[in-house]
Amino acid sequence: MIVRVGHLYPEYLNIYADRGNIAVLERRAAARGHELSVEPLSVGAKPRLGSYDLLYVGGGQDREQAMITPDLSARGDAIREVVEDGVALLAVCGGYQLLGRGYRGRDGSRLEGVGLFPHETVAGDTRMIGDVLLESTLAEAAGRTIAGFENHAGRTRLDEGAAPLGRVVAGYGNDGTSGFEGCRVGRALGTYLHGPLLPRNPWLADLLLSWALAHATGGEPQELAPLADELELQAHAVAAARARSRGGRPA
Amino acid sequence: MGARLALEKSAARLVGRLSRAAGRGGGTTLPGKLVWKLDPAALDALAAGLSQGVVLVSATNGKTTTTAMASSILSPTHRLAWNHSGANLASGVASTLLAAREADLGLLEVDEFVLPEVMRRTRPRVVCLGNLFRDQLDRYGELEHIAERWRSAVADLDRGTTLVANADDPLVASLAEGREGAVLFGVDDPRLARSGLQHASDSKYCVRCGRPYRYDSAYVGHLGAYRCESCGHARPPFDVAAREIRPEGLEGVSFTLWTTQGETTVRLAVPGLYNVYNALAAASVALALGMQLEAVAEGLGRFRAAFGRFERFRVDDRGVLLLLVKNPAGANEALRTLEDGGVPPTLVLALNDRIADGRDVSWIWDVDFEPVLERVERIVASGERAAELALRFTYAGFPPDRLELVPDLETALDRGLELTPAGGELVILPTYTAMLELRAIATGRGLTRPYWESDGQP
Repeated sequence: MIVRVGHLYPEYLNIYADRGNIAVLERRAAARGHELSVEPLSVGAKPRLGSYDLLYVGGGQDREQAMITPDLSARGDAIREVVEDGVALLAVCGGYQLLGRGYRGRDGSRLEGVGLFPHETVAGDTRMIGDVLLESTLAEAAGRTIAGFENHAGRTRLDEGAAPLGRVVAGYGNDGTSGFEGCRVGRALGTYLHGPLLPRNPWLADLLLSWALAHATGGEPQELAPLADELELQAHAVAAARARSRGGRPA
Repeated sequence: MGARLALEKSAARLVGRLSRAAGRGGGTTLPGKLVWKLDPAALDALAAGLSQGVVLVSATNGKTTTTAMASSILSPTHRLAWNHSGANLASGVASTLLAAREADLGLLEVDEFVLPEVMRRTRPRVVCLGNLFRDQLDRYGELEHIAERWRSAVADLDRGTTLVANADDPLVASLAEGREGAVLFGVDDPRLARSGLQHASDSKYCVRCGRPYRYDSAYVGHLGAYRCESCGHARPPFDVAAREIRPEGLEGVSFTLWTTQGETTVRLAVPGLYNVYNALAAASVALALGMQLEAVAEGLGRFRAAFGRFERFRVDDRGVLLLLVKNPAGANEALRTLEDGGVPPTLVLALNDRIADGRDVSWIWDVDFEPVLERVERIVASGERAAELALRFTYAGFPPDRLELVPDLETALDRGLELTPAGGELVILPTYTAMLELRAIATGRGLTRPYWESDGQP
């Protein structure tokens, strides 16, 4: 099976090693006999987003994010529509913020977001930087954890009743106070966690792949055949220990 | 010198001796930490006491090597206060100035983030700005933020200060725009350009209008001959340039050092285009101080290697080469040097994640390891984040049966030596604290001198 991935603005949004996430999806798909076909989608490209099984949006520096915002918000309707139709999506850091309703800068300016995730982000005075450990609240997680690194000035507040990606065990999370991190809408996940996210959290990579495969086949998501993942679990354990010993504490 | 400063100086020197006596590293920054804490203005007075003034060198990559090269040029004619062990925060600068009682010229590498304050306090004679690459986002924040801090610091500089800047780095060169007497250096040899910008290049958009630059030549990361086809912003003309560059494998590199006053040949005993940039920065600093071109070339020719950056030691009948890696741009150049000079059969890579390394290890995914992975036979992944490093290689397709996970550095060093044939050279690429640890192991075995005794010219 060919899994089609649309990678939004890779030349602008690549600050936290986003290609690591793509490499993990590629290799884990190949290990199950599938092929990932990754297409860069740049500013002005006019693809039919519904022809992809998974969309990826990474993070950028402020200047680069501002450069792609008009193009991204113009795609808002299309992105919300295809996620509704079952396309999987992963948005990290800046991408996670821009897929919410909006971002208010410290100077009071407002960037319009895509409105996929039910949240608002407001720039804070300090950056929240450090190792993070989450206990995932996704139904599919069965209590598994997610380890990563966060570095953001934005405080993201989820709407009442919105589904987070997980509960913060150690670190700051969405806003440093709510105790939650990330957001989920259908098969779309948004998070501040990089590191990159997927190499040390292989179950999450497989969950996204199973969603993308479900979209490609038109069926229901199937659990993928397990892989050995010894290195992955070691890396996860070290990263989780780092978060417990030195992750930022929710205020 | 005021009585207060005199008192602080003697107390601080005592602390340094106590620190060394207690076996706590070199005691290189403890005295300065004390003075810095008691009285930050002491730094102003210490700097003002140097009759030939102060040179400050900052950059993301190459600070230590550039200052070491400059020292090689300047030391025959100057008594230097030089922070050769790389203690480049305000406290390290203060320590260096305290310790160098007889010095007449300060030669100081300075951390990018603290540069503005050190500039303000030391009122430097020359400031050299080498490059800006993404580095330790967890510690410094974004590149633009550092650049903005530098921009306002440069605007506040005395008119008498000579600004030396890299013409090939758009953001850095733009800081010299409109500044009288600025010295701009760069590489002028399109034969050695890379085919395109590397993955995750920085500063690829025009500093004036935001459109992508067109690179006629890209040499190291985003350093090169750029121009904006939209607004015309382009690399400024050179005052100092490297031409006719001739790489000599892992042994060194030669080039023609061109200046507005004439040209000469330079032979460096360290390889790589990034070291050509470091040499250009050091040469520009020396020329700004009034040194003659021949003295510059001789000084660069005498230079060997800076602390841990490209350091060799022997273990019985095998050699060990330490190549520091600390961010994507620097690591890419170290790897490119290996590609050009011959990839060894075994590589040891060591990734730590302490503050000095960057706690965020995601940068390893931005390094272009792939060409080396195709040619190396065996990799030993080491350091506190060895598993993360191993994942970087397996997800790049490197066969797991040729990859060994050995987190302990000393064990990894011995394993690497075991895998290296007699007479061969083991290449180790460590992050900063892993490099310190490896040097300590080598020192413990009597193979290198401790760093506080080193003159930076092992």
